[in-house]
Amino acid sequence: MKWALLAIIVVSTVLADFLQSYEMKRSGEQSVGARGLVRLLRLTLSRRYLIFAIACMALSFFAFMALIQIAPLSFAVPASAVSLVFETLLAKFVLNEAVGKRRTAGALLVLSGVVLLAR
Amino acid sequence: MTDLAEETGVVCVAAPPEEPATGSTGPGTSKLKTFLLAFAVILFNAVGNLCLAWGMKHLGELMGWNPLGYIRAILNPSVAAGVALLILWLLTRMALMSWADLSFSLPVTGVGYVLAAVLGKLFLNEAVSPKHWVGTLLIFAGAAIVGTTTHQTEPRPELER
Repeated sequence: MKWALLAIIVVSTVLADFLQSYEMKRSGEQSVGARGLVRLLRLTLSRRYLIFAIACMALSFFAFMALIQIAPLSFAVPASAVSLVFETLLAKFVLNEAVGKRRTAGALLVLSGVVLLAR
Repeated sequence: MTDLAEETGVVCVAAPPEEPATGSTGPGTSKLKTFLLAFAVILFNAVGNLCLAWGMKHLGELMGWNPLGYIRAILNPSVAAGVALLILWLLTRMALMSWADLSFSLPVTGVGYVLAAVLGKLFLNEAVSPKHWVGTLLIFAGAAIVGTTTHQTEPRPELER
């Protein structure tokens, strides 16, 4: 049960972040004032990939809520962080981001730090 | 996914070759602002998750797959505050993604894991070991290294009005 929930969290998180990044790149730089946040809400409702991304986040969120009831937060948080690996790969090969040595090294350091925080 | 990749390629080709020179034209032109936004994203997530975990631990019932259980959980004030903070987190994170690369945003916001662990220790009495310090150090080092890279691979299109 623990691992099934974890798999749901990772897959839906990766999908949500990938689609969000893809859509937000196309949307131009958004502002974060009160009006900017309302604008972001409207933007979310008008793009189907964003709606799907939010649905994935909701799935991930409910799976996470269920997971932290049967496992400690110190397991749930770092275990779901493996999505970082898949997302960095997608960013490089599908979103064509410049993922060089420094970004790869940084992402791996963050990941190993998160794993150490688990125990 | 293949369609997405092709579309992305088209978008990249169509993007203007250089950003506007002045710093005031868009929020994402400044790296400092990008870091400040990332900090806000981290705070909303950590405090939101804490409220949520706090509320869930004090509900006293297992959720399982029953939707009614989730509706009851949302009515708990602590859970509701957590959900509100996580909505703010979602919106600010979307703005961050409109300013910076996915492979930049993720490791930099990874500092949030440290905050989550510290909050978990303080408020939820979860077990902590000395390894946490090494983990914390690695996360900060990784985020700092990624922070030295340029936050946008391609300049973003003008903001639609």
